[in-house]
Amino acid sequence: MIVGERKPLSEIMELLSGAQKVLVAGCGTCVTVCFAGGEKEVGILASELRMKSKLDDHPMEVEEATVQRQCEWEYIDPLLERLDEYDVVLSLACGIGVQAMNERFSGVVTLPGINTTSLSLPVEQGIWEERCQACGDCLLGTTFGICPIARCSKQLLNGPCGGSQEGVCEVDSDTPCVWQLIWDRAIEFDQVKRLLDIQSPKNWSLSRDGGPRKIVREDLQLESE
Amino acid sequence: MAEERTNGHKSGSNLERVLRAGHFAITGELGPPQSADAEEVIHKARLLKGTAEAFNITDNQTAVVRLSSIGSAVLVMKEGLEPTVQMTCRDRNRLAIQSDLLGAYALGARNLLCLTGDHQSFGNHPTAKNVHDLDSIQMIRMVKNMRDQGIFECGDKIKGEVPRFFIGAAINPFADPFEFRAYRLAKKAEAGVDFVQTQLIYDMDRFRKFMEQVVEMGLHEKVYILAGVGPIKSIGAANYMKNYVPGMIVRDEWIDGLRAAIADIPKEEKDARREALRNQGIKACSEQIKELREIEGVAGVHIMAIEWEEAVRPIVEGAGLLPRPQVE
Repeated sequence: MIVGERKPLSEIMELLSGAQKVLVAGCGTCVTVCFAGGEKEVGILASELRMKSKLDDHPMEVEEATVQRQCEWEYIDPLLERLDEYDVVLSLACGIGVQAMNERFSGVVTLPGINTTSLSLPVEQGIWEERCQACGDCLLGTTFGICPIARCSKQLLNGPCGGSQEGVCEVDSDTPCVWQLIWDRAIEFDQVKRLLDIQSPKNWSLSRDGGPRKIVREDLQLESE
Repeated sequence: MAEERTNGHKSGSNLERVLRAGHFAITGELGPPQSADAEEVIHKARLLKGTAEAFNITDNQTAVVRLSSIGSAVLVMKEGLEPTVQMTCRDRNRLAIQSDLLGAYALGARNLLCLTGDHQSFGNHPTAKNVHDLDSIQMIRMVKNMRDQGIFECGDKIKGEVPRFFIGAAINPFADPFEFRAYRLAKKAEAGVDFVQTQLIYDMDRFRKFMEQVVEMGLHEKVYILAGVGPIKSIGAANYMKNYVPGMIVRDEWIDGLRAAIADIPKEEKDARREALRNQGIKACSEQIKELREIEGVAGVHIMAIEWEEAVRPIVEGAGLLPRPQVE
């Protein structure tokens, strides 16, 4: 899922400086599941903003709204009627939601209240670990289903660097060395030979390096009238 | 024409000639300063001159910004030393690497060390974006193709003079997974590496075990293997490497040797203790080189005396390896 973390209150207050009336807009999908920007977090942040702005002698009027998915027109369109009332919308959705709001509504600016961090797996309650970088050319088929693009600090494709020790990455002792994990899987399946082929340089043009990516599926497009 | 000029060698570098002539080779290391101070490079070059066949010039070592490897290499060449340019995948993409290597070759560099690079989080710009467009194995193959096929990574022909490097890489027999380490060397050999230098060896048993695997796989016949050594100048430095440097194993015997060297010197005699520790560090390093010479498959040593260039000459001398061979 897309995972995010709320920005510090001080940064949010700075973003909102000068605003009198604010709408805090949550999203009911990924950021709800990772406890960063769902209805509950919207309520908490809205209360914090009311209290803090009052303490600062510039009380803001703060309202709340959470839609099912902030990244789809049909879910955000109902917000349109109310938006004129606000100076600013503070979105607790991921970066896609924030931009969807700005693209759809020209009259009011939507600002980010969370940092979108990663495509992660909730490995246990309260812990999300990155698993995918959306590189556009999935190589999980060659690495026993474990991704070195997302999980190796140096994105190595031909095995572990010299900093792998006792299964741990040199960059952070809490991070497993992904090449140790891949090696262990290769042993498990008795297919070490598959790791001995030299992997060619990756085609990064399919990743962000090729410019913003776009998918067009003509089979799904509605016929133009 | 290139063949003629390099006398049948891949690059014609001094390091290549000495290794191919069957001599036990020595390479050294020179760390450029964190400034534009040419004098510091020249000073170190003069200390090191004549102690080894070639000297690695580090490329923003430990991810700290320093005078560039290629720039320092030119200064070193003016002093009559042969440099080995280091190139990491951390700071440059495939365009920049190839372009800089054309420049390095045009300026006279003939040895190259292809490295992944220390992660930027260890250095003085931890918020930097890293590149890692290629990994070290991909870089080796790219540079080999530039030399032997006369093509760039994209397949385009190099129009004119081709960079003919003697291609090196690093290997760490002390990192994990241990069983993968010899295979990783095999991959580097297949990619086209000519020589490798190992991580500092402070665990001879593990290194011997690694070399047994290497010899069994016949890799020592495909690649010149230079064993990495370095003098330790204090007990604190030994403990630091043992406990804090990733991918490094320091056996207690090294620390015991240093302790024994100062056992009879009172604590108040700081200078005498310091001197005794340094002498022990140099002596232990010379002895280790003698031991390494006896290990099958070891073609030479790579001496890393970081910020202690003065130690290299007595180490090489102590190992009975001066003067260095002259090979035409």
